[in-house]
Formats: sequence, C-alpha cells, structure tokens
Amino acid sequence: MTQEDRLYTLIAELTYLCPLRCVYCSNPTRLSDHPDRLSTADWLRVFEQAAKLGALQLNLSGGEPLLRRDLEELVAGAQSHDFYSNLITSGLPLTRERLLRLKQAGLSSVQVSIQDSLPDPAERIAGRASFEQKLNVARWVKELDLPLTVNVVLHRRNLDRIAEIIALAENLGADRLELANTQYLAWALENRALLLPSEAQLSTARAIAKAAKERLKGKIEVLFVLPDYYSDRPKACMSGWGKRYLLVTPDGLALPCHLAHTLPGLHFDSVQERSLDEIWHHSPAFAAFRGEAWMPEPCRSCERRELDFGGCRCQAFHLTGNAANTDPTCGLSPHHGLITEARARALEPALIPLAPRYREIRR
Amino acid sequence: MSPEALSLELKPKLAPKTKLRLDPKTGKYILLYPEKGLLLNPTGAAILKLCTGEQSLSAIIETLAEEFRSDAGVLRPEVLGFVQGLLDRGLLQVAP
Repeated sequence: MTQEDRLYTLIAELTYLCPLRCVYCSNPTRLSDHPDRLSTADWLRVFEQAAKLGALQLNLSGGEPLLRRDLEELVAGAQSHDFYSNLITSGLPLTRERLLRLKQAGLSSVQVSIQDSLPDPAERIAGRASFEQKLNVARWVKELDLPLTVNVVLHRRNLDRIAEIIALAENLGADRLELANTQYLAWALENRALLLPSEAQLSTARAIAKAAKERLKGKIEVLFVLPDYYSDRPKACMSGWGKRYLLVTPDGLALPCHLAHTLPGLHFDSVQERSLDEIWHHSPAFAAFRGEAWMPEPCRSCERRELDFGGCRCQAFHLTGNAANTDPTCGLSPHHGLITEARARALEPALIPLAPRYREIRR
Repeated sequence: MSPEALSLELKPKLAPKTKLRLDPKTGKYILLYPEKGLLLNPTGAAILKLCTGEQSLSAIIETLAEEFRSDAGVLRPEVLGFVQGLLDRGLLQVAP
C-alpha cells in the first residue's frame, strides 16, 4: 500500500434484513450466509478503530439500518468520534419521534431511497407498499432540519419519468439528489434483462438531468451516475480497492467493497478477530488488488489505470469468472462483447422479461 | 454569477449539510458533506470559520487581512472566488 491509501469512509452494513424486496438490491444474493453477528459493543469498537485509522465519514447502511434497535446508541457512538454520519435508509419502519431521537444522538444527514415518482411503479420495484411512508420520512427529515439526500436508482422502468422524479425531489426540499443508474451486480444482475435501459432512453434522461443540475445549482446538488454498461470505460469502483473505503458486513467481515465476499479465493477477516488497523494494513485480501501489480493487459499499460484502477473486481468476476480480469464494461476488455450483447438485448422488446425476481432470503 | 458580482454585504454561512472539522491525519481542516469532503488550505479554513451568518463578506475580508497581515484589496478576489464556488455547490448559503 502507498501513502495515498487512506481510509476516509466506513460503511457499516448493520443488517442485511430489510422490509423492502427491491429487485436491484446491492446486497449479496446469498443473504442467509451473513446473519447479524455484531453486538452494539462490537460496532462501537469498529467505529472507534475506524476513527483512529482516519475515517471521517460513516455510512449507516444495510439492508435497513432502522431494524437495529440500538441505532440511537450507534449514532451517539459515531458522534463521539465526530464522524459525519449518514443514515442510508428505505424509511421503513420509522416514526417522526425516532427520527428526532436519532438527530438528538448526533446524526448528520439522512438519505432516503425513492423508487419512482408514482406509487404503483415504485412499489412494483420495492415489492411492497412503501411510497407514502417514504414521502412522509423525507418531509420529517426536512421538518427536523436534517440534510436530505433523495436517492433514486434508475433503470428502464423509471428513466422515462426522470423529470417527474426530479420535480418530486424538489418538492420534498432535497439538499442532494442522487440519480444513480443501476449497478448490474447481485440482485440487479439477476434482473438485468428487465432493468437495463436502451441507449436512447438513457441519453434523453441524461440531458434532462444535466439541465436540472444547471437549473438547481446552489440549491440541490444533482448527481447523475451513468451506467457503466454505456460509458465505454469502467468506473473507479470504490475509488480503488482498499484505498478510501472499508465496509463491515452484518456478520463482521471487513471488506474493500459491498460484494468482495462473493469473490472466491480471498479470505476476509472478521472484526471480531482482528482490528481494523491490522486488516487495513496487513490483510492479504486488502492487498490483493491494491496498486498495479495484479493488473492484466490492457490495464497494465493503459494511461487510465490510475484513474479507474481497472474498474470493478466484482463485475469482472461475476461476468467473466475471474476477478483479476479487466472490468468487461471497458471497451478495451477482451470480454466487452458480454456488455454489447446485453445492450443489444435491451433493444428487443420480446426479450425483456415482465416479472422481476424479488430479493428474498433463501435458507 | 461571477464572483465580482457578489455583494460585500452578504452574510454567508455554512450549509446545514456540512460539517467543518480538523482532519487529524493531515492537520488540515476538512469540510464534510454527504459522501464527500473538501480538504482546505489555511486560507480556505480561515474563511469558513468566519462564515457564521453573522459577519458580512467585507467584515470577513477585514478580519482575514488582519489575521494574515495582508491587504484587504489583495485578499478580496481570492475570498470572493472561494465563496462563490462554495455557494454554487450549495456548501455555503446566504440569508434570504
């Protein structure tokens, strides 16, 4: 590792349980392999160790972090280390009273996911009634004077309503609007044929988002995250493996990203057995894809290798079978045909499935 | 809007979504906001510490000129450019 590998953000996935069943959930599909194993004391220790390592941001995420009954205590623990703590939530189950308690415990900011601008399509994606509650939660966040991020995952079934989605976020008084195209991994990969938009659909939506970004400058921070399937060059996944982020799963594994535990051949340590400092500095799994030594061609000699780090290791594995391959979303990857085929299928209405596969916990 | 167009009577303050704190690893101040952080040089940090919503830009520039033993006229464009940039990004606000 180099001097530049500096932990900034701890992502605490407090539980994989969630009242929603979103068809693009980024949690691993083998949810039952990772039950909640960390106590309140374990999480508080992890926060303290992360702060010592230099982390300044803490994302309280999941699954649904509100399902942890000790969330208030965890937020207070985060506050004691002066973290910028961000609650990343579906908004279920939550009351205004509990949100107030979380604010009083020191919560910095709230990110609420909204699936669509209309209740029916939103709830078809989420797999349950939830739209009204989400709007209520967003309103409470503003009433309690907390910063509000609205996060909307984009795909072929809601991209055509992007203007309405932006209007909804404006109405709710969002401080930040994340328009993030689906990342096709985990549950989203299982539902890719149903979710992947056409290029035309995407470019129309992109133009609308760009205009909104300009119009709302200084009022709402609008982010539009292109899907890497259409960008020809891969994303700098997690700003590089083991460079800025560390994620802890509900069962205590310390990972460089959300799905690293789905990669074969890597052993990830538990925070119940090792300190974050030992893991960050000495774990062979964190070292595995740091730097450039692991890179194959075309990455190794590519001038963009310090910008995108060869893309996403999980995408490389789940699409090509080898985590050390160049991310196939890169136009230079020998496996890029996997991506162009998926894009071509998105142009054939007869090939688009109608029934999604909802997230479920298979035992 | 160009920085020169900023009224010196405006009283900027940090947006509620931000948190200004010292980064112990670098010894520099950092302005945190959702998912991101802006590492500040000493001038940037000094400006933001004065952005409490109670002082006008001209008062802020005067204070900085004393603190850095510099000329207000020299500091003005730098301060206004910095403030405008943060206003555009929604990290600073001015009272309506």
